[in-house]
Amino acid sequence: MIDGLKAGAIVFVAAILEVSVFSDVRILGGMPDLLLVTVVAVALLRGSVTGACVGFFAGLVVDTATLETLGLSSLLLTLLGYWVGRYGETTGRDRTHAPFLSVAVVTFLYTLGALALRFVLDEPAPARHVLLETLFQGIGLNLLLTWPVYAVVRRLLPPRPLVTRGEGAPALG
Amino acid sequence: MAVLVLVSLALLTVYFRESQGGGLHSLQSTGASVLHPFEVAANRVAQPFRDAASWFGGLSTTRDENRKLKAENQKLKAKLYRYDDLLRENADLRRMLHYAGGATVPQDYSALPTSILVQPPGQFDQRVVVGVGRNDGVTPNSPVVSPTGDLVGVTTTVGANSANVKLITDETSFVSIVDAKTGAAGILRHNDPGSSIIMDNVPKSEVVNTGDPLVTAGWRTGTLTSIFPRGIPVGRPIGVNQTDIYPYKQIQVQPLVDFGSLQSVQVLVKNSASK
Repeated sequence: MIDGLKAGAIVFVAAILEVSVFSDVRILGGMPDLLLVTVVAVALLRGSVTGACVGFFAGLVVDTATLETLGLSSLLLTLLGYWVGRYGETTGRDRTHAPFLSVAVVTFLYTLGALALRFVLDEPAPARHVLLETLFQGIGLNLLLTWPVYAVVRRLLPPRPLVTRGEGAPALG
Repeated sequence: MAVLVLVSLALLTVYFRESQGGGLHSLQSTGASVLHPFEVAANRVAQPFRDAASWFGGLSTTRDENRKLKAENQKLKAKLYRYDDLLRENADLRRMLHYAGGATVPQDYSALPTSILVQPPGQFDQRVVVGVGRNDGVTPNSPVVSPTGDLVGVTTTVGANSANVKLITDETSFVSIVDAKTGAAGILRHNDPGSSIIMDNVPKSEVVNTGDPLVTAGWRTGTLTSIFPRGIPVGRPIGVNQTDIYPYKQIQVQPLVDFGSLQSVQVLVKNSASK
């Protein structure tokens, strides 16, 4: 419970910083996405269910603060939070490259997903501009954010000890 | 996870189908009001860092810019004397002709100065959120200008204490504009292949010269009027394209507003007497 509240608070602060401060930052045409990196970090450390929940909550806060179509960011971040959480629970745990790999892949998928959804909803979806002029810079900037953000989130939400199959079960016979 | 996805889809569907005054929109507006203080606090904390970055960034160009601005200032002073005289003459002629025009800036509007709370949250949108809303008299489709009076965009979704502003660089933005020198009219819109804006639908017979001032047209047809009053400065043409296969001229426009460093704007609200 406390863990969930902590995760929610971390994502809330990241969402406020994203819409108020980081959305103003443009470097070489790209924009860092603090919220996406934070959701990835929380999902990796706390698994798929928490990942999906914080993704949904993060999307809701962003869509509310920006008065944009409600549910659009929530849908994408829920799916991505769940996917990263699953990766963390299975092959990704304890691997140094896991946060970096997740952030790079998730940034790419989030951009594609957002473009597709916006296209379906008949909202502006400048695919050429996004894919050719800003996507790779965005991935690079998010990768730069990954280490400090993951370190802070890991400090606030320390990894739980792994429970392997069979551990804790009463001995038979 | 399935539940959250379904809830997201339901939110999307309901939000998309309901009107501006619908339940979800009201809920979102209330939520935005709750988040407002947090955004203001974050902006205040970040402002010194922004200023420092802007100060260091500006150091390299300041001297050159200062020299150019001094020269431009001299020219503008000379023009201003002539302009004041023309303004007085224009008012006299209008009075003599009993000319009834549309709403004009700044006479028929009150300007609500406000800061930008949220910049475009992604590379998809050319929209910002400003810190005035319904409680301040802002309605959807209120024109938004920079502190110096140049066109920035128009409000779309309006919450109690905040409003979403569609910038003129947005894909879905269309503004009727005219060349203030030659009178050539056209539509200011986003240029599809890039992130620039162009003046489109200008007949080939019309003349638009590089550097001419472009202002909002503020047209009026019967009871219908443009949402932008006439005479708001928009930008300057930087190039004119004309091909045999397209029936109109397309003019590349350099907006007067630097959208990258815009921190505050003014929302124009029509005075009740002129509505």
